[in-house]
Amino acid sequence: MSKLAEAFKAGKFVVTGEIAPPKGVDLKTVMEDVELLRNRVVAFNVTDQQSSVMRLGSLATSVLLKQHGVEPIFQITGRDRNRIAIQSDLLSAAVFGIEDVLCLTGDYVSLGDHPTAKPVFDLDSVSILRAASTLMEGKDMAGKPLQGTPKFFLGAVVTPGADPLEPQILKLEKKVKAGARFIQTQAVYDPALLESFMGMVKHIKVPVMLGLVLLKSGNQARFMNKNVAGVTVPDKLIEEMDKAESKVQKCIEISARLIKETRPMCQGVHIMAIGWEKRIPAILDAAGL
Amino acid sequence: MIITEQKPFSEVEAALKGKNKVFITGCGSCATAWKTGGAPEVEAMKEALTKIGKTVTGTVVSEEGCDSRKIGREFRTHKAEIDDADALVIMACGAGCRAQALAREDKPIRPTNNTLFLARMERLTKSEQGCVMCGECILDKTGGLCPMTACPKELVNGPCGGYNKGMCEVDPDRECAWIAIYNRLKRFNELDTMREIQPPKNQAKRKHPQAVDKTPVKV
Repeated sequence: MSKLAEAFKAGKFVVTGEIAPPKGVDLKTVMEDVELLRNRVVAFNVTDQQSSVMRLGSLATSVLLKQHGVEPIFQITGRDRNRIAIQSDLLSAAVFGIEDVLCLTGDYVSLGDHPTAKPVFDLDSVSILRAASTLMEGKDMAGKPLQGTPKFFLGAVVTPGADPLEPQILKLEKKVKAGARFIQTQAVYDPALLESFMGMVKHIKVPVMLGLVLLKSGNQARFMNKNVAGVTVPDKLIEEMDKAESKVQKCIEISARLIKETRPMCQGVHIMAIGWEKRIPAILDAAGL
Repeated sequence: MIITEQKPFSEVEAALKGKNKVFITGCGSCATAWKTGGAPEVEAMKEALTKIGKTVTGTVVSEEGCDSRKIGREFRTHKAEIDDADALVIMACGAGCRAQALAREDKPIRPTNNTLFLARMERLTKSEQGCVMCGECILDKTGGLCPMTACPKELVNGPCGGYNKGMCEVDPDRECAWIAIYNRLKRFNELDTMREIQPPKNQAKRKHPQAVDKTPVKV
């Protein structure tokens, strides 16, 4: 069983981090962050060329983390892989002992730095989850038996701030039906929003982790409000951030407060530090984790 | 209808380098309605090509440029003019180009149009893609709205997380296909179909080239 699965099973409030493979082959910064946080988080999401920007692959980086004694959550999207590549990459992850897999549809190619690339999207997130579940039954999507059966602990994502919300929940139900065993949310900054969302999904019996993108400045918050679908940073927080003398101290204070307030509602927090990985220990200290 | 766009004239001119005598074909069907290859456009092309020193040996606006039977008849009528040309300048879609290339395999072809999509036409200047021809229609499960066409990611199991107040992340001026589907299903009291997991599409239905020798279906 993966450490992540064990932590949820033990009823712990689970903390995960996230690393983005670099554009290139120099992993120095990534490994520094991993070293700093290895005893503070259970596992690290390894993003799959997020925002459709070409980078080092999530599978190779996950393998490196694993070899480093750190648990990766291998992110796999359907943007660049057809069903043959998805199943094959899942088997490849399994032979390296990678069990945690976060299954995503993927961003559209036009959002990234190779907008003229051919988008694949052969499988959506629900179908990727189902493909992985099928592999765990010892067969592939074509029904052919596998020589050796892989084990996965599958995850999925949801956007609690989506408007309208019901279609997100309908899809979340399908993701769980297709094999998702943990959920990470898109960034939420309003505990009341998370509370009402958790009320709407209490029939879904899988752990949900609050998504937390660290707030670094008022401008970053305004940018997210304008450009990131389903993310709303309340004006009050933006004001706090704008007025703060030390943005770092304010970031730590706001993040710790959010974690404390939402801790009773959900089963963990997934921290996306986007460059401020070194602040995470202080945040966790302040949050009492 | 098939929507085409006219290439910039400079591209047509470059492609005709060394071809001094040309025969121009338009299409009486889609390219006429969309004004990319009807009689007025053929006339304008003739003028523009003459202006840059080409000899236009003749023109025809085919009744339907993608129908080999009609093209065959029309090309026989214009045989001498086509015989005299160094190239056929075709103002039609890709299927029209194919029919005409087959009708005169001895003549190089030069298309003036790019072929874009199968469309629903709203008015003379506005069309939208109507179908991506996936070969496996699921409109009965999606409130009559096609996610293969209207969702850039061709999702079949509901929306991604990228919609913003119901609008698509890829094209913020368009409504998210799945929010539109959700609203229709809700109106028809068919939301349960959205709860069913849809299998991945059979992409083999989209392989190409495709050809068909039709056996009539008995209903």
